[in-house]
Amino acid sequence: MELFEDSETGSNAPEFTVSELSGAIKRVIEGEFAHVRVRGEVGRVSRPASGHIYLDLKDDRAVLAGVIWKGAARSLEIRPEEGMEVIATGRLTTFPGSSRYQIIIESIAPAGMGALMAMLEKRKAALAAEGLFAPERKRPLPFLPEVIGVVTSPSGAVIRDILHRLADRFPRRVLLWPVPVQGEKCAASVAAAIRGFNALPAGGALPRPDVLIVARGGGSVEDLWGFNEEIVVRAAAESAIPLISAVGHETDTTLIDLAADRRAPTPTAAAEIAVPVRLELLAAVAGLEERRRAALARGLDLRRQRLRDLARALPRPEALVAERAQRLDGLGLRLPRALVAFTRDRHLELSRGAAGRFGPALLARSLERRREQLLRAGLGLRPQTMALPIRHRGERLAALGDRLARAGAQRLQAGRGRFEILARTLGSLGPEAVLARGFAIVRDGAGAVLQRAERARAATSLEIEFADGRLTATPADAPPPSEPPAAPKAKPRRPRKPKPPEQGSLF
Amino acid sequence: MAESAAPVATLSFEDALAELESVVTALEKGTVPLEESITLYERGAELRRHCEGKLRDAEAKVTQITQGADGSVGGRDVDIS
Repeated sequence: MELFEDSETGSNAPEFTVSELSGAIKRVIEGEFAHVRVRGEVGRVSRPASGHIYLDLKDDRAVLAGVIWKGAARSLEIRPEEGMEVIATGRLTTFPGSSRYQIIIESIAPAGMGALMAMLEKRKAALAAEGLFAPERKRPLPFLPEVIGVVTSPSGAVIRDILHRLADRFPRRVLLWPVPVQGEKCAASVAAAIRGFNALPAGGALPRPDVLIVARGGGSVEDLWGFNEEIVVRAAAESAIPLISAVGHETDTTLIDLAADRRAPTPTAAAEIAVPVRLELLAAVAGLEERRRAALARGLDLRRQRLRDLARALPRPEALVAERAQRLDGLGLRLPRALVAFTRDRHLELSRGAAGRFGPALLARSLERRREQLLRAGLGLRPQTMALPIRHRGERLAALGDRLARAGAQRLQAGRGRFEILARTLGSLGPEAVLARGFAIVRDGAGAVLQRAERARAATSLEIEFADGRLTATPADAPPPSEPPAAPKAKPRRPRKPKPPEQGSLF
Repeated sequence: MAESAAPVATLSFEDALAELESVVTALEKGTVPLEESITLYERGAELRRHCEGKLRDAEAKVTQITQGADGSVGGRDVDIS
C-alpha cells in the first residue's frame, strides 16, 4: 500500500507534453534510421495525381508505410508493383500529427526471386521471340578444339577449376579474357570479350579459339544478373565460335545459358564438355591400331592358309618331273639288261621248249594219261556186270529165234502154196503155154512183135516163134531181107515189154 | 572408304578417327579384296599417325588477353595454378 502510494505520489520522472514526446521520438527515429535498406514485399500501391507514390512494404508480421516523393519516383529503375519483392533504400520519419512513422524511399530495387524472375521471364520471352534461343541456332562443338577461349575472372576458383580439368583430360592452349563477373560493368565486359574473341583473325598472333567458355562461379541471382543482360545474351547468340556457358551452379539458369550452344552446370563441367579425355582417345587409337594390324594379319593368314591348302593339293612340279625322270633313268638302265635277258630267255625257251614240248616225253605223258583212262574204264568193265544183261538178252534172243523159226516156217508154207498156185496160173497164162497150145509169135527183123498183117508185109524178114523154137521167114510180097535174124538169145527179155499190152489184148 | 581424295593431314581428329574406325571395320570383315585391303591398311596407318599426332601435342599454355588503351588486343602468358 505504501509502496503503491509512493509510486503514485512520489514519482519524480519528468513529464513530457505530447508534442515534446512526439518530437523526441521523431528525433530518435530520424537520427537512428537516417539511411536504411529494407527488404519487403510491395503491398498496396497508390499513385495520386500529385506524382508521389504511396505504398506499403510488408512481410508476414509487419507493415511499413512508405512514400516515394515525386522527384525520386522519376528516377526509379523499376516500377514497383504489388507483390514485388524489393529492397528500398531511404530514411525513416514520423508523422507526429497522427502518431505514425513511415519510410521515405529514395531508391527501390527488385529483390528476391519474385521480382527478378518476373523481369527475367519478360526479357526471356522477348529474346525468344527473336529466335535467339532456338535449337536450330545451336552449333555442334568441335570434338577436339586446339584453342579454348575462356571468359571469366582471372582470379578465383573458376579459371583454376577449368584449367585443372583441362589438364586432367586434355591439356590445351587457353586464351583467358579477364572480365568482372558481377557488378555494374560485368555485362558489358562479358559481351565485349565474346565479341573480341570472335574478332580475332584466324592465323593471327593470337590464335582464334575453336570454342568459348563463359564461366562464373555460384552466387545470388543478383550476382549473376549480369549474365541475364540483353547485351550478353545477344553477344552469345551471335558468336560464330561455339560457346559453352557455365554460370553459377546447376540450379541457376541465366539467359546466356539459353543463348549458348551448350550449357554446362559448372565451370568444371564446361571443361569436360570442351575436350575429350586424351588417354581414352590414345587408348581408342591404340585399340584401333591393334585391330587394324590383327585384321590384316588375319586376312593374310587366311589367304596364306588357303594358298597352302591349295598348294598342297597341287603336286609339286619338280616332284612330278623328278619321279618321271627317275623312272626314266631306271627304265633306261634296265633296258639293255632286259634285252639281253629277254634274248637269253627266248633262246633257253626255244631250245628247251622244242625238245620238252614236242619230244616223246610229251607223247608218253599223253599216252600214259589215256592208258590210265582206259584202265579205269576197263576196271569198270567186269564180266559180272555184263552177265545179267547178257543172259537176259540171250533168253530174249532164244525166244525171238523160236518165234522167228515158227513164223518163218509158217510163212514158207503159205508162200509155197501161193507160189504153186501162181506158178500154175502163170504157166497157163504165159506165151509158152499159149505157144504150146499151137499159137506162134511173129516178130519183124528188129524183134518187135507184129500183130497186123500189113506190118508183116512191110517187114523185110519175119521171125516166127513156136513152142519148140524159132524160124526166120520172108514175106512173099516183101523186099528181100537186108539182114540176118538176130540171135534168139536175148529174145525172152525183149518180148516181156510188149507182152503186157499183148496180154491185155488177149484178156 | 579409301577416299584418297581427302588427304589425311587435312582431316580433323574426329574425322580421322571415324575413318580409321571404318577402315578397321572393313578390314575385319575380311571381304575386301587383298589389294584393296593393303591400301586400306596403309591408309589406316596414316590415319593413326595423324590421330596420334593430334593427341601428342597437348600443351597446356594459358595466355591472358590484354587490351591497350586504344582497344587493341594483345596477350601475355600467365601461370595460373
